[in-house]
Amino acid sequence: MSGPVRGSLERERRQAYWLVAPAVVVLAGVALYPILAAVWLSLHRFILVFGERRFVGLGNYAYLLGDARFWAALGNTAYFTAVAVTVELLLAVPLALLLQKSFPGRGLLRASVLVPWAIPTVVSARLWAWMFNPDYGLINRLLLGRDINWLGAPGYALHAAILVDVWKTTPFVALLVLAGLQGIPEDLYKAARVDGASPWRIFRSITLPLLKPALLLAVLFRSLDAFRVFDAIYVLTEGGPANTTETLSIYAYKTLMRSGDFGYGSTLSVATFLCVVVLAAVWLRLLGREERAR
Amino acid sequence: MRQRVGLGTALAVVAFLTFFLGPFFWQVLTSLWPDGELTRPWPSHLTWDSYASVLWGRPFLRVVVNSLVVAALTTGFCLVVGSAAAFALAKLEFRGKGLLLSAALAVSMFPPIATVSPLYLILRAVGLRDSLVGLALPYATFAMPLTLWVLTSFFKQLPDELYRAARVDGCTPFQAFRRVLLPLAAPGLATTAILVFIFAWNEFLFALTFLTTPEKRTVPVAISLFASEYREPWGEIAAASVVATLPLVVLTVLFQRRIVSGLTAGAVKE
Repeated sequence: MSGPVRGSLERERRQAYWLVAPAVVVLAGVALYPILAAVWLSLHRFILVFGERRFVGLGNYAYLLGDARFWAALGNTAYFTAVAVTVELLLAVPLALLLQKSFPGRGLLRASVLVPWAIPTVVSARLWAWMFNPDYGLINRLLLGRDINWLGAPGYALHAAILVDVWKTTPFVALLVLAGLQGIPEDLYKAARVDGASPWRIFRSITLPLLKPALLLAVLFRSLDAFRVFDAIYVLTEGGPANTTETLSIYAYKTLMRSGDFGYGSTLSVATFLCVVVLAAVWLRLLGREERAR
Repeated sequence: MRQRVGLGTALAVVAFLTFFLGPFFWQVLTSLWPDGELTRPWPSHLTWDSYASVLWGRPFLRVVVNSLVVAALTTGFCLVVGSAAAFALAKLEFRGKGLLLSAALAVSMFPPIATVSPLYLILRAVGLRDSLVGLALPYATFAMPLTLWVLTSFFKQLPDELYRAARVDGCTPFQAFRRVLLPLAAPGLATTAILVFIFAWNEFLFALTFLTTPEKRTVPVAISLFASEYREPWGEIAAASVVATLPLVVLTVLFQRRIVSGLTAGAVKE
């Protein structure tokens, strides 16, 4: 840096710390500290209403490993995440390609796809619950009198929840993909067209490989987000029927707030957190490898 | 480059529009559907009855005000704390910069449920459990990463020369931030404000957990607990949903460009 004299750099650094300090305090105080505190709570037998609280070491974790309901919830969460994110990508790529084209009404389409994204998840879950209504919901009406009990039948309910997630978040994924598409130089397409490549060939050999980092990033964001799903399922089914839609967040919430079991509830929360950390580590590694390869 | 609209494109546009907007229109129609006729395939006429009973028969307006208060508090707090930090991250040299941005990213990946039990105990201990202020605090944390990423990328776009010129003219870094760069970052602040506001308006888990009195509920909590003893009041739920959503839909359509640039700045750049 030219201009400013030596002492002023030191002063600048000091001011920088003052400027970021509040943000650091907020992040540490309301995110980092609670995580550590949750780990500490998970080492206790702690029932809130009885005021009972004693240290039990890893007892809760030993119980967790043998808890079939935990494993079922983990399975539901993983299934929900994998299917939802896959479907969202499969829909988002064509949507992004469409949004990149120029045609009359593109602005309108762009604005409209953001509508599901902006609607509160609770509201979209309510809206779909009404459409899933077995007696006079829109979906069974469109299926001409079929009476599928979408939210009440095991096997259907989790897929119904996935549909709600797909509806709500595909637009967001499409925007990330669109940003990736706009980073691909137009020249490459021109050259390919001059060489007489078919649209499908162009998509496969140019668009898809160059889009890979954007796709991986979208998968990272979306899978971490889908893995902590709570709102939609809580409103649609509260984890039912027969716990077939119970995800980790739902199970942890019920244990904490309905049973008042803060010890084991914290153990479930920490387990959810650890799963997310592992998932993030895997994706970030893949993403890093992709960056290095370029 | 202007292309001809092919049949395939047109069909795809119609399909996506139907999928994304159809359910919302069905909700609007349901909210205007006469109450006794929901079992019929089509309403005989449209009516505002559901809106009247939601707005005047229930404490719903109170709930809307609660949500406005929490969302405004969160947004204000994030902008004040976040803009100072984002300016420092974008324009000043100091150690730990990369660490701070990574930490913010890590926090944005936290599952909120992982922080619920300690936050509940803390808020209870300091007497902020059933309060809107107590809710805005954790909201601000979870919105802070977004704030930092979006605003930092906006401050980076402002030329360094502006900052240096202000310094040469005798401003301290803070004065350069407040008098010169902050006003120029206004579009970035607006974008951030919209995104944070939408986040806070929509949040559910913390609101469900930390608020106990019905009069203190926020919109998502009220809508999730909307039930009567005998049957689901679908018309009223639909009306409440439309009231809760309309401001967001208007905001989104008006500021579509800003929202898109903010979302992709927060997510894609770097």
